[in-house]
Amino acid sequence: MAESENIVAETAEKIFADLADAQTINHDKKGEWKAPLWQALTDAGLPLSWVPEDCGGSGASLAEGFSVLSAAGRFAVAVPLAETMLAGWLLAQAKIISPDGEMTVVPASPKDRITVSADGSLSGRARGVPFAKAARHFAVLASDAKGSFSIALVDAGKCRIESGLNLGGDQSDVVTLDKVQPVAIKPAPHGFDQTRLLLMGGVARSLQIAGALESMLEISVRYSNERVAFEKKISKFQAVQHNLARLAGESAAALAAATSAADAISNATSFNDEVFLEATAAKIRCAEAAEKGGGIAHQVHGAIGFTIEHILHRYSLRALAWRDDFGSESYWAVELGKRVCVRGADELWPLVASR
Amino acid sequence: MTAALRFDPIRLPEKCEQLRKEVRAFLAEEIAAGTFDPHKPNREDTDVPEFSRKVGERGWLGMTWPKKYGGHERSFLERYVVTEEMRVANAPTRRFFVADRQSGPVLLKYAPEHIKMEILPRICKGEICFAIGMSEPNSGSDLFAAKTRATKTDGGYLINGTKIWTSSAHIADYMIAIFRTSPPTKENRRHGLTQFLVKMKQPGIKVNPIGQITGQYEFNEVVFTDHFIPDDHVLGEIDGAWKQATSELAYERSGPERFLETYYVLTELVRAVGNNPDTRSAEGIGRLVAQVHTMRRMSVSVAGMLQAGKEPVVEASIVKDIGTIWEQQLPHRVRELAAFVEETATNRETLEKQLDFATKTAPKLTIQGGTTEVLRGIIARGLGLR
Ligand SMILES: Cc1cc2nc3c(=O)[nH]c(=O)nc-3n(C[C@H](O)[C@H](O)[C@H](O)COP(=O)(O)OP(=O)(O)OC[C@H]3O[C@@H](n4cnc5c(N)ncnc54)[C@H](O)[C@@H]3O)c2cc1C
Repeated sequence: MAESENIVAETAEKIFADLADAQTINHDKKGEWKAPLWQALTDAGLPLSWVPEDCGGSGASLAEGFSVLSAAGRFAVAVPLAETMLAGWLLAQAKIISPDGEMTVVPASPKDRITVSADGSLSGRARGVPFAKAARHFAVLASDAKGSFSIALVDAGKCRIESGLNLGGDQSDVVTLDKVQPVAIKPAPHGFDQTRLLLMGGVARSLQIAGALESMLEISVRYSNERVAFEKKISKFQAVQHNLARLAGESAAALAAATSAADAISNATSFNDEVFLEATAAKIRCAEAAEKGGGIAHQVHGAIGFTIEHILHRYSLRALAWRDDFGSESYWAVELGKRVCVRGADELWPLVASR
Repeated sequence: MTAALRFDPIRLPEKCEQLRKEVRAFLAEEIAAGTFDPHKPNREDTDVPEFSRKVGERGWLGMTWPKKYGGHERSFLERYVVTEEMRVANAPTRRFFVADRQSGPVLLKYAPEHIKMEILPRICKGEICFAIGMSEPNSGSDLFAAKTRATKTDGGYLINGTKIWTSSAHIADYMIAIFRTSPPTKENRRHGLTQFLVKMKQPGIKVNPIGQITGQYEFNEVVFTDHFIPDDHVLGEIDGAWKQATSELAYERSGPERFLETYYVLTELVRAVGNNPDTRSAEGIGRLVAQVHTMRRMSVSVAGMLQAGKEPVVEASIVKDIGTIWEQQLPHRVRELAAFVEETATNRETLEKQLDFATKTAPKLTIQGGTTEVLRGIIARGLGLR
């Protein structure tokens, strides 16, 4: 996944650098930056990265798409890029053609269920759905009375949406489907279930969190080399250096966990325990890094980092908010712990050392 | 700078998986034969010469070194697999571990040819044990404050002074040590230290045991009184050992031994909790597994960098920093969860004993191999802060 070999990620990086500069966005109170950015991303085919060409997408590999998300995290972009990519990926599992425009996935949280009735209509409630309000379509995973899963494309206008905001100030909404007839619905592939969808979303969020931490490290190091206190640059104080070294450690750990999970999913032939470990561990470790690393970044920035004028919150609050999407770290820790215990003590090391 | 902090998701090649099976089979045989008990990390004697020789026979020492010195010209990744399997099994590696990880590579780089030919093949056979003589009573973190003197004399040097905290000095055949050959200069306080190969069990060397809070005996005070070292036992540049000594530490920092020293308590907790954990235990175990998994992925990644011929100084320091803090916290986190283990768990007593030992071990983890504060200084330098 070396960046230089990845033209898709380079394209994304360039678009973000040109159109999603954190400083500009932060000062644009009306959100006028959004439309040109989304247009450029769409022109480059990025929102449908994971959709094969014959389903209307640009057919990038999973690995290429994951590095787009890494870049999106570094810029902490608040447009539904990850969500549309995930939705396109989900629809493609059932060979449903992706429409144009913003999409998101439903459900986005492990406790929520969408059900499909005998007449093919969908019902249920999903909380914490990122960018539901901005989406024109939803990619929905639903199960029937027998527990078989279907994937559906739904017109967002047919659903009830209660607006909400996450910690980072991005849309995080409640979506209610009341006997909604989908635009298209097909059975999910054999073995595809809600866990798989949520873990895919979790790995996407892990990469975004890791990217945000990279940026927090960068701006914190830069700030410490500019700010003078007690007649010294604060970067010269050992205590500050040690804080930044810890932030570097958290950022590195998050990136290592997230890229490892992305690599595992990209190359998996089956969704086995090793892939489950990789994906859950990434979400858990990245969430912990967001907490510890974000705390340090704010500490180093002093009061200025606490202001709405400064860009730090763009990264720190989003990294914290992303912990909750597609299953929180506590949720996945319980699931991982259960799976480890079922396998038994003597199988733990072989699992950890499986790659 | 942040771009340099990438830990690429290295996958171990198929060759490694084959090797892993061989190592596991070997260790299982040794455990069955009673050579060591994997559930007893606190055994008295971690030096088992017989075991060391067998590991050498298998070709698992000096794995990456040239064949002409008895090495096997295999990859860092293969060595990695052997190290982690030994560590996880609590195998008695004391006799060969330092020589294989650290001293051998130093000799390969700086020793004269005849010494390499004499010593390296014997390390590969698992016959000899090395100690590292860096710390002194007033020089630990501040390595460059070392005072033990090497005074030039006919055909060599006379050594006077004291090394301390020297692991394995009591069983070691050799020590690689730094001694002061001239005073530091005003411009460079690191100047004036030279690295030597010391033959232990010779006149002028006295090894005094120092007990540890775990009840084990590993480290020592080593007193030199007019101990003679011949000229050809100088390693590398006279007065320039600081460069050598600090690059040597990179080998010491990122291996699996840097986050797995107390790992056994996690396995034992899983055993005690059983197949059907309550929510709190499941969550606790899940978080700990996520941590160890991530640490390992970072450590494997650094092994991959070493294999690619890079010098990942900052990355290795990061692995050591968060690795040792993780292995230090592990017994405490496991203890919290162990409070909920059923009285009836068959391994309850083993878990308690292990926790006891791991808790006593923990305080040293962030100190040995360079204290956390000093490592963070190295990371800070890598970030361009100093
Ligand atoms: C189990 C074990 C085995 C060891 N084996 C060996 C061995 O085989 N060979 C060998 O040579 N040494 C060995 N050591 C010694 C080890 O390398 C030193 O203990 C270590 O370098 C710290 O030095 P010190 O103990 O003198 O502590 P000090 O240097 O006195 O430091 C004490 C504390 O002060 C703080 N401190 C010191 N300097 C700084 C600084 N610049 N900035 C911020 N804080 C600072 C740190 O918290 C540090 O932990 C071993 C140690 C242990 C615990």
